[in-house]
This record gives sequence, structure tokens and C-alpha cells, in this order.
Amino acid sequence: MDDFVDGLSEVTCDVLVIGGGTAGPMAALKAKQKNPALNVVLLEKANVKRSGAISMGMDGLNNAVVPGYATPEQYTKEITIANDGIVDQAPVFKYAARCYDIIQELDRFGIRFQKDANGDFDLKKVHHLGTYVLPMPNGETVKKALYRQLKRERILISNRIMATRLLTAKDGRIAGAVAVNTRTAEFLVLRAKTVILCMGAAGRLGLPHSGYLFGTYENPTNSGDGYAMAYHAGAALANLECYQINPLIKDYNGPACAYVAGPFGAYTANAEGKRFIESDCWSGQMMQEFYNELQSGKGPVFLKLNHLHPDTVGEIADILHRVERPSRGRFHEARGTDYRERMIEMHISEIGFCSGHSASGVFVDEYARTTVSGLYAAGDMASVPHNYMLGAFTNGAVAGEHAAEVAQEIDLPDYDADFVRLERERILAPTRRTDGIPPNQLEYKARRLVNDYLQPPKVTARMQIGQARLAEVREDFDMALVARNAHELLRALEVSSILDCADMAAHASLYRTESRWGLYHNRVDYPEKDDENWFCHTLLRKVDGRMVSEKRAIQPYIVPIETEERTAYERLRVSNQA
Amino acid sequence: MPLALSPTAVPVVVDEAKCIADKGCTVCVDVCPLDVLRISDLTSKAYMKFDECWYCMPCETDCPTGAVTVNIPYLLR
Repeated sequence: MDDFVDGLSEVTCDVLVIGGGTAGPMAALKAKQKNPALNVVLLEKANVKRSGAISMGMDGLNNAVVPGYATPEQYTKEITIANDGIVDQAPVFKYAARCYDIIQELDRFGIRFQKDANGDFDLKKVHHLGTYVLPMPNGETVKKALYRQLKRERILISNRIMATRLLTAKDGRIAGAVAVNTRTAEFLVLRAKTVILCMGAAGRLGLPHSGYLFGTYENPTNSGDGYAMAYHAGAALANLECYQINPLIKDYNGPACAYVAGPFGAYTANAEGKRFIESDCWSGQMMQEFYNELQSGKGPVFLKLNHLHPDTVGEIADILHRVERPSRGRFHEARGTDYRERMIEMHISEIGFCSGHSASGVFVDEYARTTVSGLYAAGDMASVPHNYMLGAFTNGAVAGEHAAEVAQEIDLPDYDADFVRLERERILAPTRRTDGIPPNQLEYKARRLVNDYLQPPKVTARMQIGQARLAEVREDFDMALVARNAHELLRALEVSSILDCADMAAHASLYRTESRWGLYHNRVDYPEKDDENWFCHTLLRKVDGRMVSEKRAIQPYIVPIETEERTAYERLRVSNQA
Repeated sequence: MPLALSPTAVPVVVDEAKCIADKGCTVCVDVCPLDVLRISDLTSKAYMKFDECWYCMPCETDCPTGAVTVNIPYLLR
């Protein structure tokens, strides 16, 4: 294993789904169910059984819109406000209206949700305004349940295949993708009528404080390959300056409080044990307050559970240590930390792109269509804000159904053989060198520069230096990167995506000359929110080989927002502290 | 530039007495999202070849004989 094998093969399908984490399996299922005659291929860089953000499961739904608890109108309003108004509501509303069907379907798959004595779904209030959190008592079974469905529908799964670039036809529409076997470096051309990108967040962008490259909040396989591929295919990417930054346990990549421990009475506190934010629900505004407290004389910040009954703490620990991040108990045990005795130190995560938690993604409409004909995106990498795991499932379903409908109407597009030849040369270049810079060193340097120059608070001159330094690393990538086996080549190709994402992060952040979304886009030299000039999306794309940004108007709201409501997330700080 | 090796203490430990990779089992290698486990040519047992771990635990959870233990990487501990 890992030795280079020279090979080039071609596969043809109708619908190609890239990424087998959360959105991808659902997209593949729905495409196949829409038209069982279609040939649907699911491509995965790791193994669909345990890939993506939910490899070990998930403890609950953060954004369930369940009749009796919330309406699609309320949810659309909540997300619009949480995202500072920069929202096309149509995809959010569509998600909100559809997700209850998906919840019921997942329940039938065997992923059970918490129910009360009457057999009704038992939701918890965590968000600032509405009630959307639905626990999953057997959340560790999610991936297994999905895998069973994929087998039942006879979806063709290709594991350990990493897509690197999209193929486009002369008329600009999508024609497939090129990919590499991560264990042999064999080259693969996948022709398709429609392609759905479900490749997760760009979670390996910033460097965690520990310095460990793979200690990221996101599954580090989510290295931003989907963002890079969409960019190089000419698709528009929206609001990339609205970074993902999350509150985590210090040194451990587990989220802490809001959705699991919050409903039991735990909260985020300062060193005095006092609450300083009204709502622990994740938003840029909440992160700004978190950051302020962290830097203040009352810092650092803690997760506080030691005021709760020991049995309650036990119940919380059981969830936190079993699902999503099951190694968390080991982390605390090694440090001798007991939730019952003292507060748990927290910190903020490295930066990334992720619409699951913020709004930075490949621009999509309410059918999950990108701006490239035949190309779809869903899940953490698509621009539907704050859409979490249930958003990945729901929008994956939307994408799968639409991509299947389109695929059955069109012929297989031709692709440019010359492009494939050049891409193969690009990919194999690091394998043709015998010495140079290994991918781990190049990655460390790139991500250290991201931390030094691109993470907020954002300063113009600093970001410009970052761009220049990152350009030097890119030159090293092009001229000196060496991969001695197929595994190192996999890492090298991921570094290529990381460099693309770093460039996009800098470019997008410099373009929006205002501050918005709290900490996510806190530009110190443009400290005010400027609705007059910047109440709009920013779209970034590749035009004639160059990165350009432009403004795009927000679509008229379907659900109107009152002025008083619009600022609800700006009043998160506990008032007696202000 | 010539390359040198830097030693690293790896987080995933395999109990060779329990590991049945020599009987053909590849579960831990298959499920690892980061693809960092391999079967040793020398011992025919599973081991962590690359120190690129998310300490996410499918290798340990899915191992049929309980041979795999995931520790927190030293830098985070």
C-alpha cells in the first residue's frame, strides 16, 4: 500500500456525488430514489462508513423545525437575524419547510430522536428566540444507519478516492471530475451529467493552538477541497469573510455547552463564575463577546457545570463522552478534571469556512444549484447559513432530487482532454521529485501564517503581508513540494486546497470594508457596520485565472424582519455587566 | 533539500496479542477517516504509520477484538 501505481481510467455515470459524510449519502439516496434507472456514484476520500463531520455520530439536531415548536417563518427570521440580515431567505425557508420530513425519515432509518411520554418529539430551547434543539439518544448510530440505506439502494460507492478538480464542457456546464486514488495515486476521470459537491467545511485552515495539525474542530479530512474545486470551476463563493470560529474546550476540539449542556442548566462563565452572555447559541456576535471576555481581566472563559446536581452532571458527561467526540472523557481524565468539582477552561477555535456554523460557502439557491450549470453543493460547504447536520441532510436531499431530474433530461457533456492531461501533470509533479519540502512542513507553515495574519481581529496591512507570505509558500508548493508515496500525495493535494482557501479568506476579508457578524468579520480599521454600502452578499470567483469579488444584492425577504428584531443578536451581553 | 526524520509519540496503540490483522482483518485501517493505520509487513499486525490523528475513535470502537486504544495526542494532553 502507498506505492505509486501508474494508471488512468475513465468512469461514466449520470449523477456524481462527491463526499460521503452527511449531505452526500442523502443526496445519493434521493437521486437514486427519484429515478432508479440513473447511475449514481458516491465518491469518498476516506470510507463512507466513518467519514465526515459525524464519523462517530451526533448528539442532537441543533435546528429542527418541528410543528408545535416552531414554524418555517420563525426559523427563517431567527437565521436572518443571527446572520446580520445577509441572507437569501428562499433556501433557508425551503430547508425549514422540508426538514421535518427528513427528521421523520431519519427516524425511520433507525436514528431515533428524543420523544416525550406521548411519543412526540421533545425539543429544547437554546437559541435566542425560538425552540429548535432535538436530542438524539442513539446518535452514535447515524453513519451505520445511512450506510444501510446506501447499500439497500445499491448506490455505487468508491472509497479512498480524492476528487481534485471539476471538469467543465465548452459551454461551461459541468462534465464530471478528476480524482486520485489515495493509496496508489492512480488517476481517474469521472464523467457525469450532474455533480453534487458535499465535501464539508474548510476546517484545516487555521492552526489549533496546540500546534497539532490534525487537532482541528472540524474533521481534518475536510480540508476545503470542495471550496477549491468550486473556485477553479468558476463557481461563485459567498461571504467567505464570515469565518467559522467556535467556542471549544481549551486544547480539546470538542464543542462545549450550548446545545448539549445548556438545556440541563450549564452555561458559559468568566473566571468569577458569572454568566456574561444571554444566549450560548453560536453566532458571530456571541463569539465576539466570548473573545472580549477571554481578553479581559475576568478571563479566561469556562464551561460551568459544578453548580448542578452530580447526577445531572453525570447525564451530561454521558452524552458528551459517548457521541460526536467520544475521546473527550479521556482528555479530562488525563488532566484530572471533574465537571462536578470545577469549571472547564474554554477557548476559541482556529478559523475555517463553514456554512454549517456561519455563512461562508459555495453560493447556492433554493435548489442547491451553484452558479455553474449542472453543479450543486450541499452541507457545510454550501452557502445556506447556520444549517448544521440537519441542513446537510435536507439540502443534500434537495440537491439529489434536482440533480437527478436534470440528469435524466440531458446528454453526457464532453470534456477537455487537454485539461485532464495538465491536471495529471499538476497532481503528479510532487511525486517526480526526489527531495524538497514535505507536505507536513509546508502545511504547518501555511496554517501558521493563516493564524498570524488572517484570523480576527482583522487588520488590512497585516492581511496584505499574509497574502505576500502565503504567495511565497505557494511558490514552494509549485517548485519544491515532494511526495514520496501516495499517502503523502494525498496530504500534498490537501495542502493545495488549504492554500486556495487561505487566499480566498484574505481576498474576501479585504473586500468587505466594514465589520459584521461579530468576531467572524471584525475589521479593526473598519470597526462599524456599514449597512449603506455593505448590506449585501459578497461573491468571490475566478475570472480569467484571477480572484475577483463583487457585491450581490440580497433577495427581497419572504419573511419580513422588524427593525427592533434585527438587532436582537447585538444585545447578547448580560445587561448588568455592560 | 535532503529529508530527515523527526520522532513522534503516536496516539493510537495496538495490542498485538489481541490484533487479528494476521488473520486478514483490516477494520481499523478501513474505517480511519485520516487513513493513518497500516498492517505491518514485519509483524502482520495493525499499527499507526502516520501521526495525523483526529482521536475520533472509529478504529477503537469498530475493532472486533478490542485491540486498539486511542490516546489523546501528546501536544493536546
